Amino acid sequence: MRLSDWLVLPEVLPLMLSGLKVTVTITFFSVLTGLVIGTVVGLARLSRNRLLYIITTIYVEVIRGTPLMVQLFLVYYALPEIGIHLPPMVAGWVTYSINSGAYVSEVVRGGIQSIDRGQMEAARSLGMSWWQGMRYVVLPQAFRNIMPPLGNEFIMLLKDSSLMAVIAVPEVMRYAGLMVGRKGGYALPIYVTSGLLYLALTLPLSLVVRQAERGLAKGD
Amino acid sequence: MIELNNVHKHFGQLHVLKGVTDKVKPGEVVVIIGPSGSGKSTLLRCINYLEEPTAGEIIVGGIKLNHSATNINRVRKDVGMVFQSFNLFPHMNVTENITLAPKQVRGLSEADAKGIAGELLAKVGLSDKAAAYPRQLSGGQQQRVAIARALAMQPKVMLFDEPTSALDPEMIGEVLDVMKDLAREGMTMVVVSHEMGFAREVGSRVLFMDEGKIVEEGCPEDLFLRPQNPRTQAFLSKIL
Repeated sequence: MRLSDWLVLPEVLPLMLSGLKVTVTITFFSVLTGLVIGTVVGLARLSRNRLLYIITTIYVEVIRGTPLMVQLFLVYYALPEIGIHLPPMVAGWVTYSINSGAYVSEVVRGGIQSIDRGQMEAARSLGMSWWQGMRYVVLPQAFRNIMPPLGNEFIMLLKDSSLMAVIAVPEVMRYAGLMVGRKGGYALPIYVTSGLLYLALTLPLSLVVRQAERGLAKGD
Repeated sequence: MIELNNVHKHFGQLHVLKGVTDKVKPGEVVVIIGPSGSGKSTLLRCINYLEEPTAGEIIVGGIKLNHSATNINRVRKDVGMVFQSFNLFPHMNVTENITLAPKQVRGLSEADAKGIAGELLAKVGLSDKAAAYPRQLSGGQQQRVAIARALAMQPKVMLFDEPTSALDPEMIGEVLDVMKDLAREGMTMVVVSHEMGFAREVGSRVLFMDEGKIVEEGCPEDLFLRPQNPRTQAFLSKIL
């Protein structure tokens, strides 16, 4: 390797930055959908309804027990065989939402269980429905408590989005791979840069998470 | 106001209430005493269906409690409950704690709900704490807010589950004073508590419960000074 290899950067950086935009966008939307799925599933797992509990438990165990790569290939390559064709970005978003939903649901479930039973009882005794009690009393407290683990989930998701390169989603690693192929080398500067791009996002995020943890520990 | 007909409650193998029958008339202040594990708290919790009785009948304000959710929420609107551990909502300030249910359940406007909160805070002597968060209040203050919160729903009955047991001794008085005012205003109250002074001052009746049954009942003077049942005598000799 020669130091001058790094001069390739100005040439490849614009493309990689456009890839970063896709990475951030797709992670952002997956996080949102994952949060919705995770909350619904987390609540269902606490439900007294046996069927709801069984279905959601199977979902969580299957998703957590199989590789993300398998899930991605199933959605992108296998669904077309039953007539469902999704463009790469949509396939990525669907897969990552379903995947993160399973992990988030466990975090949400733990968060809800950590709230004292008396909170829901007080809400119910005031005439509020179960859902009103959840929405105004239990969930706000639960989400406050689970901000740190949720933040960590999102950092994982951001990094794992690099896997979408294999189904040709035009994100950072996809472009990195294309560049290395086209230039016939420069793997070191290009992949180091890729890593740094991810780090530039995850480092501030983990700092925020740590700050939130400290805030919770102080109890304010 | 409240009618209990042969109410039973099982927790698995444990038979906690063994056929409780009683009638609370409007304006009555009924104080329930008894050793721990006698079922007094469970009975109170059955009255607003936080616990579901295994058998028997509970009628509150003419409405028979059953499994239908609308029915239960309707009854609960009229039955306020105050807990031993206050159970204020820690993520809301005092005013928000009080206005939440009136807004969500009774559909009051923000301004109307706040108006009621202001009046009730004045009543419990905490007007200066409207914007405080529960963690900034003493136990006695928190319990007074909890009473105001329950009153904001304009209940016809108030249930108190050992409201002063978690308090430091010097704070018990301020909570009891609020409860006494309430009793004198004619509120129907069912109070699980061993505060004899409170029972003698404003109690209409005292029920002594033991092993899931009402063993003895009477006016406070009679029950405290001339208990008839040996179990009541034994219990009172221990706590007086």
